[in-house]
Amino acid sequence: MTGGEGTVSGNRGLDLEEPLIFEQDVSGRTGVDLPEPGWVATDRLGGLRRKGPIGLPGLSEPQVVRHYTRLSQKNYGIDSGFYPLGSCTMKHNPRLGEKMARLPGFADIHPFQPDSTVQGALELMDTLARWLKELTGLPAVALSPAAGAHGELCGLMAIRAALEARGDARSRVLTPESAHGTNPATAALCGYAVESVPGNRDGRVDFGALRERLGPDVAAVMLTNPNTCGLFETDIVRIAEAVHEAGALFYLDGANFNALVGRVRIADLGVDAMHINLHKTFATPHGGGGPGAGPVVLSEALAPFAPVPYVVHGPDGFSLVEHARGSGSGPLPLGRLKGFHGQFGVLVRALAYMMSMGGDGLALASGDAVLNANYLLARLKDELSLSFPGPCMHEVLFDDRFLKDTGVSTLDFAKALIDEGYHPMTMYFPLVVHGALLMEPTESESRETLDRFVDVVTSLAARAKTKDAEFFRQAPRLTPRRRLDETLAARRPVLRWTRGSDETTAKGTS
Amino acid sequence: MRYLPLTEADRSGMLDVIGAPSVDALFRDVPAGARPGTPFDLPPSAGEMEVERHLSALAQRNLSAGCAPCFLGAGAYRHHVPAAADHLIQRGEFLTAYTPYQPEISQGTLQYLFEFQTQVTMITGMEVANASMYDGATACAEAVAMACRITRKRRVLLSGSLHPHYRDVSRTLMRFSGVQVEALAPDPVGIEDLIGRMDDGIACVVVQTPGFFGHLNDYTALAAVCHEAGALLVVAVTEPVSLGLLMPPGEMGADIVVCEGQSIAGPVGFGGPGVGLFATRERFVRQMPGRLVGQTVDADGRRGWVLTLSTREQHIRREKATSNICTNAGLVALAFTIHLSLLGEAGFARLAELNHARASALADRMGRIGGVRVVPGTFFNEFALTLPRAAAKVVEELAARGILGGVPASRFYPSYPELEDVLLVAATETNTPEEMETFAAALEEIL
Repeated sequence: MTGGEGTVSGNRGLDLEEPLIFEQDVSGRTGVDLPEPGWVATDRLGGLRRKGPIGLPGLSEPQVVRHYTRLSQKNYGIDSGFYPLGSCTMKHNPRLGEKMARLPGFADIHPFQPDSTVQGALELMDTLARWLKELTGLPAVALSPAAGAHGELCGLMAIRAALEARGDARSRVLTPESAHGTNPATAALCGYAVESVPGNRDGRVDFGALRERLGPDVAAVMLTNPNTCGLFETDIVRIAEAVHEAGALFYLDGANFNALVGRVRIADLGVDAMHINLHKTFATPHGGGGPGAGPVVLSEALAPFAPVPYVVHGPDGFSLVEHARGSGSGPLPLGRLKGFHGQFGVLVRALAYMMSMGGDGLALASGDAVLNANYLLARLKDELSLSFPGPCMHEVLFDDRFLKDTGVSTLDFAKALIDEGYHPMTMYFPLVVHGALLMEPTESESRETLDRFVDVVTSLAARAKTKDAEFFRQAPRLTPRRRLDETLAARRPVLRWTRGSDETTAKGTS
Repeated sequence: MRYLPLTEADRSGMLDVIGAPSVDALFRDVPAGARPGTPFDLPPSAGEMEVERHLSALAQRNLSAGCAPCFLGAGAYRHHVPAAADHLIQRGEFLTAYTPYQPEISQGTLQYLFEFQTQVTMITGMEVANASMYDGATACAEAVAMACRITRKRRVLLSGSLHPHYRDVSRTLMRFSGVQVEALAPDPVGIEDLIGRMDDGIACVVVQTPGFFGHLNDYTALAAVCHEAGALLVVAVTEPVSLGLLMPPGEMGADIVVCEGQSIAGPVGFGGPGVGLFATRERFVRQMPGRLVGQTVDADGRRGWVLTLSTREQHIRREKATSNICTNAGLVALAFTIHLSLLGEAGFARLAELNHARASALADRMGRIGGVRVVPGTFFNEFALTLPRAAAKVVEELAARGILGGVPASRFYPSYPELEDVLLVAATETNTPEEMETFAAALEEIL
């Protein structure tokens, strides 16, 4: 079958086949009109002029616009429909942020203009910093990290720098077995051995096991809260106390801060550092995998180790501190983690969202996120298999016990949801339950949307129990592509287009 | 609240289904001590109009480059952004999608990333490229880490022509790795001897072309020396438009090429978000950081794309991953790909030629100002000048006249008094001959 279901073109209505941009090359076409470069007596290239062609395809503007429009139609976004991808917080992205980030006074300013010409930009960064400090109760914030994992790196490096400053770098970092993969990866980048802490039967960290592993060689404990099972770590205050008693520092993975924002003061949980994914909690677009931003709030003890740059306010207004102080005998700050001043355009969008929501709206949003997740829990707990009893926080975790002996896997079940018009939930994460299905509805969804989703999930679960495994294994059927051969992709990696390669592999894209 | 669909009636109906008396009751696992009795000291919610008014006022307090002749570069370059590119990246299916974990409904993202990877290999002259890093500086740091993994050596050498932010970010990433980072002094004249400093203990040498002060360098000989010593050559490019005109680093023998893609992707945007380009040789692909998109077929035998070789990555390998990176710069990579697709072979070459022509004309004009000297003999669209007095002060005076007249080197090298008079000046296709004359005349007056 070549996909066209009987059409001559291979297209299926709005589902249009689109070759690679390189396969549409016609020499002599261009999508830009640039002035003549003009006459240059002798170039200053020192003989380093490129000799051969690059191989870029030539297309006119209408072709390029149509190409990327067609590609967009092969994508599912939050704008398209319900996207309950647990742990990823796919909430609505307000377009006000896009509009604000494109104001010439924000988009068209250069990072190295004199501070006197960017006072508005620096004030924006300072204002965002004040919001984040107020919302967490922590006294300092580093705005430059580019994403959650980058924020983790910032926080863990600040912790290591602080420990080294007191002459005690230590060697181990503890993370729960349910942690995001970025936690152990980050700890390893900071030169730490990583030890996993088991969970208890309630889906939370086993406090006794954690305490047993604490010792004078433990630098930090990294904990996600609410955790990746969607549950609040009820022992968190005891954990923080035990961590500090052992002379270690407490890092909170703030990926799930959206459940707590405007309701819970992070500082009161005994946290020393936490990153905040602005692209989750503060509704900036995920963009198909970035750009995000991962500011890190820091306790008094860690503040001196914050990376550059940061904004300060003095008699002449705002200015940027771009060079690490603390040379000589003082603490050695972190230095620089990112080029320029961080993800400024993302900061603009986040502040637009925060100001829109206000303190009251943020609390309402976290409440609705938790309410929506508990609603899914209540409506689906008898249809699927709930991993841990509620109430949950912003996401609800099911596992694959309800699929036992049906021949249907979590993956198959998720793919069937795609045919029903939904983006699936997160599958097989966290690793602490078998065949995880992690659903995060966010506050952006209406009750009607949740009700329709529940009906679909319920009927699919019923169908699975009829042992109609083949139906699930064949899903999805109605998508631009059906299941893709990932083994082939990894075994014979084709990571770029090369001329002539299309004839051998592009069957069916006529 | 315009972003929240639940009504009070919805909430109470849903609480009934849940069997909870209130939303607050759902937070019962949170210790009371962490639920503040007093509300947060934050302003209340606001309508679109109010927020827009407030943020527009802040934006207006910045001198935007569109309102002032702008000659700033130093790693961020102001180019024309085609209207079609900025329009297309705002399509909701691109803008509001997550990382393409479900390939059947993410072929749009996957196909453009495959196109992006291909374009990056083409312009850099390399064999494989990943689906993007945060920015050029972090890509550079990851290249250093990758070179240390491949060579299992513990020293790296950074050229004095490398952007100081790239140098600093590399140092930070390697700070706790036990790797010794040796950064050479800033090299405005282009005379440093990297070959003379090579030895068998070095994992990689990191250079930049065009250099931070503007010089163009042929690193072919250095590459050969590196390879003989068992080291990798990492080449950073902060202005990828130059690759439309210049010999690509791959042809010089580079093992890893990293670039800041902003100059092709979009506006300068106060320095972020940008997009890191990361390209290498095929034999190193399993040591690469970041996401990779690969071609495959679907159940019906039709061509399609998936994320692949993910056994390198944190969500599979955890503490043994090649990097901790997860989110990257997908949407900025899309903007890069669309602009390069619009340019095509001819447009990209012409854009680069135009930049060089503008910068050459500006250098000629600057060289005629008394006391001003153009430092590098070769350059692309940016060069260092020496002025008869401190460049930072001159820049302030130019700003007071509404001209954004370059970046003083002292901003990056405050502890090098010999660089106090050095000014970095860039010209792109956005700078008209009239603007350049205004700039030169103002500089003549000030000096």
